[in-house]
Amino acid sequence: MSNQHQWPAWEVFTQKTDGEAHEHAGNVHAPDAEMALLNARDVYGRRQEAVNIWVVPSSAITASTPDDVGPFFDPANDKMYRWPNYFKTPDGIKQI
Amino acid sequence: MNQQIIQEDDIRREEEFNARIAAGKTIEPKDWMPERYRRQLLRMMSQHAHSEVVGMLPEGNWLTRAPSLMRKAVLLAKIQDEAGHGLYIYSGAETLGTDRSEMIDQLLSGKAKYSSIFNYPTLNWADMGAIGWLVDGAAIVNQTVLAKCSYGPYARAMVRICKEENFHNKQGYQIMAVLMRGTKAQQEMAQDAMNRWWWPSLMMFGPPDKDSPNSGDLMRWKVKLQSNDDLRQRFIDRTVPQAEAIGLRIPDDKLKWNPQTRHYEFGEINWEEFNNVIRGNGPCNKLRLKQRRDAHAEGNWVREAAAAYAAKHARA
Ligand SMILES: [Fe+2]
Ligand SMILES: [Fe+2]
Repeated sequence: MSNQHQWPAWEVFTQKTDGEAHEHAGNVHAPDAEMALLNARDVYGRRQEAVNIWVVPSSAITASTPDDVGPFFDPANDKMYRWPNYFKTPDGIKQI
Repeated sequence: MNQQIIQEDDIRREEEFNARIAAGKTIEPKDWMPERYRRQLLRMMSQHAHSEVVGMLPEGNWLTRAPSLMRKAVLLAKIQDEAGHGLYIYSGAETLGTDRSEMIDQLLSGKAKYSSIFNYPTLNWADMGAIGWLVDGAAIVNQTVLAKCSYGPYARAMVRICKEENFHNKQGYQIMAVLMRGTKAQQEMAQDAMNRWWWPSLMMFGPPDKDSPNSGDLMRWKVKLQSNDDLRQRFIDRTVPQAEAIGLRIPDDKLKWNPQTRHYEFGEINWEEFNNVIRGNGPCNKLRLKQRRDAHAEGNWVREAAAAYAAKHARA
């Protein structure tokens, strides 16, 4: 009854205020990037949630898979020395 | 042999899945999930999305008749939010592997269900107050709990929606409060709306726990975290004092505060009416479907124009 196939999906990223990073907000369907931006504004920016919006074709996103969450992130798991609190400072030092 | 290995594999995966649910982990679209979990969730999410969309119709009825420009602007903003709610939930439901267009086809063909509350007519302006206050109020009670459900895309859509619902709830309550401070005729109008919307609002939480066929699975999977009866009780407990504060009477002779349980006791809900509306015999079932189909058909030229524009620029 909708007598057409579905428009492609676009992932929406919004920047809340000037200087902040863009964050994923959700997605919209639209026939092209221009309409995707307008739809994203109407769906994710009705209450001043954004000063800037990116839209990216959902199909352009490559994601790591939940199945290999273990092996994929393994290289980070045994390197606690990357955090400063790994290192004990001698007593009596106020600030480092 | 192969068949047996696949089956054993599924049993192991289902055990892992149940353990993740029990540990309070969130399930994401690419995670393995039992087919029944996917199906039940898709049914629930698509019905929820349809309800947001159909829910625009009873209120749209009053857009041209709102008593002031400000009231009109507020109502329009509220209705636009509901369209957004439909979009959030459809896109959450799409992650389960069904296109939005397919879900919309099911709605337009009359195959899909939506909340039966929207099959009641909006007869006067106070109905806009009663809907925002009671219907959106009931939705808030429901959705606040769903925001903690086990399926990530659904939970995240609910967080977003809950932020907007408080506006809907408050603007509705304010409409009622203003009418109750008005003339006798205005007060009667508000009470009349209250009388018509109270019981259907209680029905929004679904059948009583003892007759709720899908609840067991949904509770076990933490899609539902509280039972229909518990949610209904919570709604009543928070709404009765609000009614009293503005002088509205709850149309239930059996309603009374129980100081022992610290809950309100209430009268029998007419489940026959509920089932009758679900079966398609409510006052507005046919009208709503027709309105939705007409709106879809009348918007077709916009979709066609957008697609033609996109195609032209893709070629250039
Ligand atoms: Fe909503
Ligand atoms: Fe709402």
